[in-house]
Amino acid sequence: MKPAKYKTLLWGLPVVVILSLLMYGCPSQQQLGSTADAAQKVYVAPGEYDEFYGFMSGGYSGQLSVYGIPSGRHLYTIPVFSQEATNAYGYSEESKPMLNTTHGFVPWGDSHHPELSQTDGVPDGRWIFINENNTPRIARINLSTFTTDEIIEIPNSAGNHASSFVTPNTEYVSAATRFSIPMDDENLNNEDVPISEYKEHFKGTLSFIKVNDEGKMEVDFQILVPGFNYDLSHSGKGPSDGWAFFTSYNSEQAHTLLEVNASKNDKDFIAAVNWRKAAEYAAAGEGRMVKGKHYRNYVDHNTHTSKSEVIEEVRVLDPSELEGIIYFLPTPKSPHGVDVDPSGQYIVAGGKLSTVIPVHSFEKMEQAIENEDFEGEIDGIPVLNYDSILHGEVENPGLGPLHTEFDDRGNAYTTAFISSEIVKWDLETTQVVDRIATYYSPGHLMIPGGDSRKPWGKYLVSLNKITKDRYLPTGPELFHSAQLIDISGEKMQLLLDFPTEGEPHYAQAIPADIVRQNQVKFYKLEDNNHPDAVKAEDETRVVRDGNEVHVYMSTIRTHFAPDNIEGIKVGDKVYFHVTNLEQDWDIPHGFAVKGMNNSELLVMPGETRTITWEPKQVGVIPFYCTDFCSALHQEMQGYVRVSPRNSNVEISYGTGQ
Amino acid sequence: MKKQHRIAMAVAALLLVALYFLPIWSIALEAPQYPEGIGLDIYINTIEGKQPQDLQNINGLNHYIGMKEIQPDSIAELKYMPPIIAFLIVTGLVVAFWGNKKWVLAWLIFFILLAIVGLVDFYLWEYDYGHNLDPNAAIKVPGMTYQPPLIGSKALLNFNAISLPHTGFFFALSSMVLSGLVWWREGKTDTEK
Repeated sequence: MKPAKYKTLLWGLPVVVILSLLMYGCPSQQQLGSTADAAQKVYVAPGEYDEFYGFMSGGYSGQLSVYGIPSGRHLYTIPVFSQEATNAYGYSEESKPMLNTTHGFVPWGDSHHPELSQTDGVPDGRWIFINENNTPRIARINLSTFTTDEIIEIPNSAGNHASSFVTPNTEYVSAATRFSIPMDDENLNNEDVPISEYKEHFKGTLSFIKVNDEGKMEVDFQILVPGFNYDLSHSGKGPSDGWAFFTSYNSEQAHTLLEVNASKNDKDFIAAVNWRKAAEYAAAGEGRMVKGKHYRNYVDHNTHTSKSEVIEEVRVLDPSELEGIIYFLPTPKSPHGVDVDPSGQYIVAGGKLSTVIPVHSFEKMEQAIENEDFEGEIDGIPVLNYDSILHGEVENPGLGPLHTEFDDRGNAYTTAFISSEIVKWDLETTQVVDRIATYYSPGHLMIPGGDSRKPWGKYLVSLNKITKDRYLPTGPELFHSAQLIDISGEKMQLLLDFPTEGEPHYAQAIPADIVRQNQVKFYKLEDNNHPDAVKAEDETRVVRDGNEVHVYMSTIRTHFAPDNIEGIKVGDKVYFHVTNLEQDWDIPHGFAVKGMNNSELLVMPGETRTITWEPKQVGVIPFYCTDFCSALHQEMQGYVRVSPRNSNVEISYGTGQ
Repeated sequence: MKKQHRIAMAVAALLLVALYFLPIWSIALEAPQYPEGIGLDIYINTIEGKQPQDLQNINGLNHYIGMKEIQPDSIAELKYMPPIIAFLIVTGLVVAFWGNKKWVLAWLIFFILLAIVGLVDFYLWEYDYGHNLDPNAAIKVPGMTYQPPLIGSKALLNFNAISLPHTGFFFALSSMVLSGLVWWREGKTDTEK
């Protein structure tokens, strides 16, 4: 009997094996299901377009990168603050003035916070602004051509970090000093003083750059503030329209080892600025004009050429003399981001060393100001009572909260850098409702329209600072990593990882249709009023003017005119003015000369660009088109004969003779 | 002629005014590199790109295969056509006010002959452009000519050329049909009498 019993047991064995296989198989099946679901959500079929344009700051690349969302495809990189040898931005004579500053030509910048222009608090797709942190500047980029139209330098500033945030109708763009610097009493000029006398001499400024209807920028006024570090900013909206909020840290006013010395105070401040009132003071001629030399560089669209102008003075408002333009909101612990919810009611601070996220109420702030509910005053700036202005504190928000964006359903999303996660919480109840891990250590995050009055709350992009093992490794230096998260449901769902150029600090996104419909496909030749343009091949020529030789050259598929040039001498300075006669979409021509100590040119259809070349060696030097333009692209070449300095070879040129 | 027939005849003549504003023929070119399309519209007095830059780009493409440049200013037909159409309109109106059935028929026959001559001329012009090629052209395909079809589509290297009447043509056709109807109905009226 006994052996038979065992036999029946043995019959059961396969069942156990199958069951255990099934149970083992189940989780991976589920995971597969969710991966397929995610893949479907980010799949943009060949020839189809992404739903959103995403604009990610290039950080230390100095540029602005454009990505499609949800695919994560890299569409383009807009040169802004750094030279770009690819298309001669900052190398061509037409674009070099864009990088002029009071420190001379600066070939590199550290771009940080892009922000789209807004109308009624909603991104409108006309322009995108981006700030430069290192040599304080703000750029305005034209979104019909994806080119930098204007760069304005910010005087009396250092470390332009709390920038370039716009007011709801793009009346102003913000700027501020992250690094306070010594400023003399009379003209705010930087001074030769001992660094240890920080508290005595160092000050900050909050700047408001006015933007007119054509986009032209002008520093309208600067507000003198105590020598703290001013970190980030956002404008009010709805009920809080007319106000702008700036975080500050280092209220300790440390000048060395800030990681310890600037982390002592329990609370630093958010500076609430009544910009509308300040603008009224400025318009009424209040405050004073000081010497504040700065550059404004802009593109003259008539000639596609950038020009620089120097502005000598700037208006400064002193809050100790002008009442009601600025108040300090005490905020725990070296706050980083300051974000205003879509209703304009709540001001959220990312206290990076804090264990809670403080949420201030704009309504309570206004009441406290009315009731003069102050707990002190710093340099004439009233400090409001923390408990009187608080809407609530988000408990257990993760470690190292930095930045918050919003959806259109009353939720806030905050990055926690140290615990490497994004925390979703309810704005009214300040209760955490969901959290999702990120890979790794997110800085900013971005929801399309997520800092405006109208978030398109479908996706969230986490802009992570640390990449490590997320992609195939590329040696010690890695691109940063972004993560696309679906926020349309109750639970956040990770959809996609994609690498990003430089270091994307902040980012913006806008429904693609708003921008796509305004695209310029090529520049009209008839509207090209560049003084060195040629409109047809019979206008091409080579002209000697002393040591300078000007080559007025044209390109069209598939030749240069002229393509044989003689009479150039060692010691000459040759200006190649190249006009691309093409009038067709996506037919740029390139231009490169052997040994030229300069970049190539990449000339868009209908455009004229100039590059200079100083030949140093005798011989015949080839030049050619670098952009595969047609079936006969390899034939698109030419020669320049370079003769000795004392030679008497005359200038001659031609094509096809 | 009956009053309503005179009015119809005047309308037939005036329909031709549209030819000064609307293209009579269209040549569209399709190729993978031109997702946005490229092509020409032929008017009685000019040839225009479907987009302003198309004529320049078609001439640019054509130079690879040695076709002559299309220069509207040097095409004689584009100079003759506007006065001829003006003549048709004026004579059509004259027929409408003072003419009779026979005059209507004479006008119609003249119009039809003119249309036939026009189409033949257009074909010959296309033939010349497609066959009379520069021997120094970069791209020479033995036995290949590039005459676009008079009507319909034809593959020319990487392009598919589609040639079709455009809106102006249909105005002219309506004018022709309407004047034909006038002649026919007028004939009926005569028999009824």
